[in-house]
Amino acid sequence: MSKRMELYSGNELVAEAAIAAGCRFFGGYPITPSSEIAERMSKFLPQVGGRFIQMEDEIASMGAIIGASLAGEKSMTATSGPGFSLKQENLGFAMIAEVPCVIVNVMRGGPSTGLPTAPSQSDVMQARWGTHGDHPVIALAPSYMREIFDETVRAFNLAEKYRMPVILLLDEVIAHLHEGVALPESDEIEIVNRKKPTVSREEYEPYADTKDHVPPMANFFEGYRYHVTGLSHNPKGLPSTDFEVVHAIQVRRQKKITEHLDDILKWEERSMEDAEIAIIAYGSIGRSATDAVEHLRAEGVKIGLFRPLTLWPFPEKRVAEIARQVKRIFVPEMNLGQLVLEVERMAKGDAEVIGINQVGGVMIRPREIVSRVKEVA
Amino acid sequence: MSNRVELRFSGVGGQGAILAGAILAEAAVYFDGKYALQSPTYTAQVRGGATKVDVIISSDPIIFPQTSEINFYLAFAQRAYDRFYGGNNPGNRFFRDMTEDAIVLVDSDLVTNFNDPPHRVIKLPILQLALKELGRTVFSNVLALGIVTGITKVVSDEAIVNAVKRRAPRGTEEMNLKALNIGFNFAKKYMEQKSIDPVTV
Amino acid sequence: MTFNYDEYVRTETIPHMWCPGCGIGIVMKSIIRAFTALKWDKNDIAFVSGIGCTSRMPGYMDMNTLHTTHGRALAFATGIKLAHPEKHVVVVGGDGDATAIGGNHLIHAARRNIDITLIINDNAIYGMTGGQYSPTTPPHMIASTAPYGMVEPNFDIAKLVMGAGATYVARETISKGIMLEKYIKTGLAHKGFSVIVAESTCPIQFGRRNRLADPVELMHWLKNRGVPKTKAAGMAPEELQDRFVTGELFRDDSRPEFTEVYQQVIDAAMKKENK
Repeated sequence: MSKRMELYSGNELVAEAAIAAGCRFFGGYPITPSSEIAERMSKFLPQVGGRFIQMEDEIASMGAIIGASLAGEKSMTATSGPGFSLKQENLGFAMIAEVPCVIVNVMRGGPSTGLPTAPSQSDVMQARWGTHGDHPVIALAPSYMREIFDETVRAFNLAEKYRMPVILLLDEVIAHLHEGVALPESDEIEIVNRKKPTVSREEYEPYADTKDHVPPMANFFEGYRYHVTGLSHNPKGLPSTDFEVVHAIQVRRQKKITEHLDDILKWEERSMEDAEIAIIAYGSIGRSATDAVEHLRAEGVKIGLFRPLTLWPFPEKRVAEIARQVKRIFVPEMNLGQLVLEVERMAKGDAEVIGINQVGGVMIRPREIVSRVKEVA
Repeated sequence: MSNRVELRFSGVGGQGAILAGAILAEAAVYFDGKYALQSPTYTAQVRGGATKVDVIISSDPIIFPQTSEINFYLAFAQRAYDRFYGGNNPGNRFFRDMTEDAIVLVDSDLVTNFNDPPHRVIKLPILQLALKELGRTVFSNVLALGIVTGITKVVSDEAIVNAVKRRAPRGTEEMNLKALNIGFNFAKKYMEQKSIDPVTV
Repeated sequence: MTFNYDEYVRTETIPHMWCPGCGIGIVMKSIIRAFTALKWDKNDIAFVSGIGCTSRMPGYMDMNTLHTTHGRALAFATGIKLAHPEKHVVVVGGDGDATAIGGNHLIHAARRNIDITLIINDNAIYGMTGGQYSPTTPPHMIASTAPYGMVEPNFDIAKLVMGAGATYVARETISKGIMLEKYIKTGLAHKGFSVIVAESTCPIQFGRRNRLADPVELMHWLKNRGVPKTKAAGMAPEELQDRFVTGELFRDDSRPEFTEVYQQVIDAAMKKENK
């Protein structure tokens, strides 16, 4: 049974959900429009025995959450575009060293300082490819208040389950909106904790391949005394430049994602059964698109919505299926065309793919999507 | 959309317009069990300048979370009026977001340059009224809430009373409710004179 | 009886990757001797580094070891310490790692007075990348990016961290291993942010470019640049130019330590919440 509705902003919900998911460490740095997450964590973490620190910069806050996670605490940081750029260095470290943590990026207009107080969705590709080197990525993009709560919890669970950083992409619209939402009771919230080794220290290999490709993770100070490095390493965690060792571990890290797609991918579909046109949208624009689909359906247009909540890994198979079903796919985004590239890649010419793009810091409205759809039809 | 009402309150920092928006959304969510959201201008952006808050109240879950068909607009300051009403300029995106039958409520002492808006305009010296009746201008935002809810019936009288009580600092409860009642009474008189249909959610 | 270093070493990782004549080995041995003297349980130590020659040290140490990104060791270490304030967190790094790319983290760790011990192996050069100048390369010395001699002024690391708020600061050259061990031991036992600057040598990247390729000759050169605190007190500033003061340079046991202060925040917040 859900509780009655209460008013929360998206940023406040991230903090609420993080604590509900078991987050006990937050390292942050002030940045618009994400600061309310840090503010709320600074208040609530000590109330549950957790710790908050405002670090000297964005780089340090990312480092601090990795350190705290290695020491056993579920950890989070929150930032926006410029800060997300600075965090890429240590984000890559968390990926190679396989350290669970959650990074919230409340997207604002860019590049550079850009539009600090206005929304955008222009960090979608940065979330995928922002840090150097090949690496798997999980990035989630909620649209509604309840989804912000649920996806924040899911971000922690996926981070723990797959031993990797998970990126939560919000945008300024849903981050600052205060909306009535009914949250789950605490006993309704599923919480996943990292898998621990059951072998002795001598036998423990923190980076060994396992059946699910996610090696158990010992925390610091639990007697396992293993080595964690950003260098390519062997299953023991010690630096290695051996071709076969390095290749195998890189491939295993990818498999954590590619072999668990059913678990990681999440989306919502509306009116797709008989759709001849599809809209693919996410985040706050997912709400505009939903409204547009309802409007067009009411006018008899056979249109459907595919709204991914998991942006990375991209739901390739389902999008390819949709492309075979429909003749046209619209992809509205508050950027100059990012996720649309993935849609095009999967459509492979089976459907015409049309981006609807706006980057001035104003949301794309339902009526703008409606008129574009009608224009092309 | 008849089951969705959009309102915009605007002023300059410190006048309480943003708080009025929050109270209205709280009235809808906590006391009427409706869906509602409120979206204030971000403080870091507007320190000392014009501010606004958009409120959407609906009997159904809210899909598109921003205003685009505003039914009611309130201005406490000329600067806010110029910026967030869009001064009768069809090229202004804020102006374009007003519905044809929207009601515009302004503090007539503070907003004097109207630019002939095509909407129904209610001019009332809200701050002066609060000062005269209650001795302090600080109650003007709650007084305005009484007018807004009295005219639009977007939330029940009981809900707005409870929401104002919930937010009133200790010791100011009675004065705040008095302010709300002055607003209610004005709205009632106005409605009788103008025979406007409420836009009940 | 010879000293047994193996207790704190991953012996299977030896031989190490450092060059013949490198000063880092002396620093590592001094650290191990200090751990031994303090009888620290290796399960309770997090040993953290950034990037560079010195930062490869954790790989050889048998404890909870973390080899982070360039300059960021103190940021990671801060997270570990906050997660487990009761455990020992020790950071090692070179001069470039700790004071150039990591300079911001250095001053803020000092400002917080967080209970972390930082040991800097200051060999005045970027060794791993090929001998580029660092913030501590002495004036006029040659580096691969200072072919006409070092033109930038230096950091005095000890003064830097004292000014920023470190509560234990010591400096010694690696020619005096016993003293170095003593200062490291005191720093480890000190509650608060402690910095031990080990003035060290890099014969390959620094020495060879500066007619000091012979490790022993380089060590003598280094030793002669150091001036003990007591002796320095009676010297004129011009006499101390291009030299550095050694010894226990600063100690303050009165300033509150960061994780203890934060524990008070937790206690107060939890009490308030449970009321």
